[in-house]
Amino acid sequence: MKADTDPRELPALVKAPTGIQGLDEVTYGGLPEGRPTLLCGAAGCGKTLFAMTFLYNGATLFAEPGVFIAFEEQPAEIIKNVSSLNYDVQKLIAEKKLLFDYVKIERTQIEESGDYDLEGLFIRLGYAIDSIGAKRVVIDTIENLFGGLQNPAILRAELRRLFEWLKDKGVTAIITGERGDGTLTRHGLEEYVSDCVIQLDNRVTDQLSTRRLRIVKYRGSAHGTNEYPFIIDEEGITVMPVTSAGLAHDAPTERVSSGIPDLDMMLEGSGFFRGASVLISGMAGSGKSTVSSHFADAACRRGERCIYFAMEESPQQIIRNMKSVGLDLQQWVTNGLLQFSAKRPSLFGLETHLAAMHRQVMRFEPAVVIVDPLSALLSAGKPDDVQAMVLRLIDFLKTRSVTALFTSLTHGNVENARTDVQVSSLIDAWLLLYNKEYYGEHNRQLYLLKSRGMAHSNQVREFLLTNRGIQLREVYVGPKGVLTGAARRQQEYNDAAANAVGQEESERRKREAAYKRRQIEARIAVLQADLAAEEAEAKLLGSDATPRAEPLDWRYVRPQEEP
Amino acid sequence: MASEGYNLRLYVAGQTPKSIAAIANLKKICDAHLAGRYDITIVDLMKDPALAQRDQIVAIPTLIRHLPEPLKRIIGDLSNVEKVLVGLDIAPTG
Repeated sequence: MKADTDPRELPALVKAPTGIQGLDEVTYGGLPEGRPTLLCGAAGCGKTLFAMTFLYNGATLFAEPGVFIAFEEQPAEIIKNVSSLNYDVQKLIAEKKLLFDYVKIERTQIEESGDYDLEGLFIRLGYAIDSIGAKRVVIDTIENLFGGLQNPAILRAELRRLFEWLKDKGVTAIITGERGDGTLTRHGLEEYVSDCVIQLDNRVTDQLSTRRLRIVKYRGSAHGTNEYPFIIDEEGITVMPVTSAGLAHDAPTERVSSGIPDLDMMLEGSGFFRGASVLISGMAGSGKSTVSSHFADAACRRGERCIYFAMEESPQQIIRNMKSVGLDLQQWVTNGLLQFSAKRPSLFGLETHLAAMHRQVMRFEPAVVIVDPLSALLSAGKPDDVQAMVLRLIDFLKTRSVTALFTSLTHGNVENARTDVQVSSLIDAWLLLYNKEYYGEHNRQLYLLKSRGMAHSNQVREFLLTNRGIQLREVYVGPKGVLTGAARRQQEYNDAAANAVGQEESERRKREAAYKRRQIEARIAVLQADLAAEEAEAKLLGSDATPRAEPLDWRYVRPQEEP
Repeated sequence: MASEGYNLRLYVAGQTPKSIAAIANLKKICDAHLAGRYDITIVDLMKDPALAQRDQIVAIPTLIRHLPEPLKRIIGDLSNVEKVLVGLDIAPTG
């Protein structure tokens, strides 16, 4: 598997793949081949199931028959328990690929007299291994011997011998052990099994349980050191190697439509980048799910697969609601392109949610993933944990070039726009949806807060839910700010009215000006007439050559002054 | 007499010192306390390993009392005579 290519791997160490999704990645290939591995944890954390899966996968996937030595449960019980995982153990037993041996030890029925050893167990084990050519062995839980036999000194010596003997046999073994008080196992098995120790844990925080796995040690091999969540369900065991180390995602330049032509126009006319993580935040009822559904619809129209993780609404409800805006999502569900996954956030812990999402994405291989709303996950963990989880999810989706759309419920107004889940820095494109109240109505607005790597529109748009889907309108931008809805209509009317009034006024002014001009022109005409008369008089006097202008002047001018 | 008969099986693994000691100890105890009333079968698991699973043998040597009922098990080389007598429900004679 991966072990071949990992440079940190010591070439000498051969590994036996477990076939458990995720575990082989965390261990860079599986368990140490031909050596015993200690699997420890408290009661009920899944040890037996883990061990059984190891054998089952060995027999079915890797042609390695296995022996299960049970100290605790009757084989019939174990077989029954794993049949819920669709493991057909009976068939494998019939085909001699699996062999069960139940070792019954009851202290009350045994008297001890003198020295003994566990050669009987060795003979049983050896016989079982040889009879089917087993390569894998599970011993579950050998510590029960301590309850059945009285002499711990003999037991310890014999256990040491047993693990050496298993190595000599060359079988890959899992030894399970129950967690002790302050120790990995109650009787210190970790002293004897030192090649590889894996710890399972089932912790309950805030009433939510999360199963986790940690590789305590793995001699001679690199391994992931974190706690990895795992889930057990009808599909078996899945371990989540949650964080990839770097930020080495591909950066596709291909664009995908948002499903809303007007929104695409705001994004350089072609939509989001493929593989981008898009956040839509807004208050209740601002249209987050509708935008999400458009996106899902667009993906399906392109013939791509899409998973819609619905955290608050049931799929039926979403499908019904989207009909009212003209989206038929049912057709995509029917033809298999759209998969709804509706899980209550409080159903299980955060890690389990993440693990379930991972697996669903890996199985369905969608091009588009929608989580609606992301903020609902807050109820499944503490904000820090949610952020860490979202980071892992975004990371995971990016490495697979899955375009992801998350919605987030916000409170308060736009000015302090921040999402409850503080993920904005991880997000490539962020759409804000909000309601603004004017004149007794709320109007939806949309604003593209950011969109990395493109020249996006910086305009606020009015956001309309019509029966033909979402439409964005250019908002009214005037001296009174951005107006939408009734306010916008009112303003448009006011503008029109104001225009009309202005026109009348200017007409009046024009008329007034024309009148004044005519008056002035009339006066000019009179003055010119006077001037002409004056000039004629001057000519007359000039011919007399006597300047007797004064009495004459006076006579002429006087009547002019009178009116 | 039949109800008093002891049917005993001693499981060993090859000729180990413990096995040899157990066989000798058992014979001695039976001769002393169950003279004429016992029947011992020695089972060597090295020769017949499948019996280990069938008869639920873990420790070696293991002595199983099949008769009289109920079934009793004693493990060890049977060097502690008192424990063997308790384990086999034999009242010490003498």
